[in-house]
Amino acid sequence: MNKIQQLFKNKKNILSVYFTAGYPELNDTATIIKELEKNNADLIEVGIPFSDPLADGPTIQDSSSIALKNGINPNLVFKQIQSIKNQTNIPLIIMAYLNQMIAFGEDNFLEECKKSNIQALIIPDLPISEYKKKYKKMFEEYNLSNIFLITPQTSNERILEIDELSDTFIYMVSSNSVTGTKKDIDNAQIQYFERIKNMNLKNPTLIGFGISNNKTFTEACKYANGAIIGSAFIKKISEKGELKDKISNFIKEIKN
Amino acid sequence: MDKLINNDGFYGEFGGAYIPEMLYPNVKELQDNYIQIIESEDFAKEYKELLKNYVGRPTPLYYAKRLSEKYNTKIFLKREDLTHTGAHKINNTIGQILLAEKLGKKRIIAETGAGQHGVATATVCALKGLQCTVYMGEIDIKRQAPNVARMKMLGAEVIPASSGSRTLKDAVNEAIRAWINEPEDTYYLIGSVVGPHPYPDMVARLQAIISEEMKMQLKEQTGKENPNNIIACVGGGSNAAGAFFHYIKDKDVKLIAVEAAGKGINSGETAATTQIGTTGILHGSKTLLMQDEYGQVTEPYSISAGLDYPGIGPVHAYLFKDKRADFLNATDKEALDAAFELTELEGIIPALESAHALAALKKLNLKENETTIINLSGRGDKDLETYIKLL
Repeated sequence: MNKIQQLFKNKKNILSVYFTAGYPELNDTATIIKELEKNNADLIEVGIPFSDPLADGPTIQDSSSIALKNGINPNLVFKQIQSIKNQTNIPLIIMAYLNQMIAFGEDNFLEECKKSNIQALIIPDLPISEYKKKYKKMFEEYNLSNIFLITPQTSNERILEIDELSDTFIYMVSSNSVTGTKKDIDNAQIQYFERIKNMNLKNPTLIGFGISNNKTFTEACKYANGAIIGSAFIKKISEKGELKDKISNFIKEIKN
Repeated sequence: MDKLINNDGFYGEFGGAYIPEMLYPNVKELQDNYIQIIESEDFAKEYKELLKNYVGRPTPLYYAKRLSEKYNTKIFLKREDLTHTGAHKINNTIGQILLAEKLGKKRIIAETGAGQHGVATATVCALKGLQCTVYMGEIDIKRQAPNVARMKMLGAEVIPASSGSRTLKDAVNEAIRAWINEPEDTYYLIGSVVGPHPYPDMVARLQAIISEEMKMQLKEQTGKENPNNIIACVGGGSNAAGAFFHYIKDKDVKLIAVEAAGKGINSGETAATTQIGTTGILHGSKTLLMQDEYGQVTEPYSISAGLDYPGIGPVHAYLFKDKRADFLNATDKEALDAAFELTELEGIIPALESAHALAALKKLNLKENETTIINLSGRGDKDLETYIKLL
């Protein structure tokens, strides 16, 4: 059982936080991970910045381009994570686009993930068909889980296929949008959350996209095993002030 | 060309649909329907009718006498510059707008580089009374001001893409994000043979009219079945795909693609993808693209906004790797010289994009008895500001 599977077994209302590696400053990665753990976040998604992040809204795009200007690259991200391997225990997920993994060399990329104690990957532009054809075997060799996304428009049939292919959790995109766009959860979304809940999938679910505060986090937790916050966290750490304080204030605010 | 692609949308190793789950229903709907619609009698009838009476097809195949004399060979120009809106782009937008209509879509979004595709999209949206939003790089908005004005007059909203290099690549990113965010009745009208399957195949099929006409016209005018060479410029590669389409199987025809070298292929300011690109994924398809060692897409450069793209359509990546087409390139300067040469010898002001195809003449050493068709993909009105500086 991987660390994320254990987490879901033991805990409800899971808070997963996404951040862009190399942002706001090149070497903030270690601090952000340690502070998130210290403040009781449950799970962390480390985004490796990409020049053309198709699934991301303006907040994550901007943080990615600043991080790239700061000089971040995948080698450095892996080094930063490996440097605190013995100081942290919080489960980690890497988020990257497929082109980054291909350019790095897929085996090298997965090897580095393994060395960095990464539990799972989110590759938003890796289609199911390609995963089954080529990557499933590779990921399994390195004990890495693939996290699939579903959206309000994903058919039940496809959700069942994704459930079958998944072993850690399913990432429920809360509305049909890129990251960081919506503010409140509306009725159509609640209907979708209920529909998924009633499907009694074998995998737990986390709701992401548009989760930005205590209200939306609490609402999401009613229908799923927890929620993922990305853009709102990036916005928070972009503000003035000490990074550690901003992180602890943010988590307190979300968890209330 | 349509025979080169398999059921999953791959030309050899290139193509496919590498898209986030949020786009899956949109893309799947197209994959499931495009061939059936395009091949239906209804569609074919309306498409051909509009191409004839609205676009002004067939476009002439013109024997360029003085240009031929200069190069001591036989050169024909396929006059896509004479279509309504001034470039081949309209062949595709007419087709896709009919398809969007058949799918019941109400809103159209598009990206544009030089603005030719944006204008062609705004035009067909006006024709059909559909709402139109065009994403265009901030830098391109500045260097292609006349086309921005045309789009606005045609009723389109032009939204600047202000991320990344602020050119065509970023306009595509913004359009794709908008497609994710917009409701289900929105149709993304892509302007080139790029993007996730089925776009590369769909756009190639809709541009195939170019080579369909070439075949008939050359036969009519010269009695010859085939030319020796076909030359077309390649950014994403839609006009080249159209010009090559019906000749792929005819191995006696040399297909010559010309990329924009910008300031030189090794200058760091170029858009010659096949020369410095490697295999990767851009805008939902696996293809050759300009990228660094970590897969970050490199910012391209060309004087021509329509060729300023860091990738190339997957079909062209395939033709390049398979050696079915020869890939040349022309610098900004060579393209400008070629544009002035055509203007002086034939009284035709070409688009900067098409001028890259013309620039290949100096590199080919064509023989006297060889017949070459150059696809003159667009007219130069939009580039006057650049040309005027050199007068």
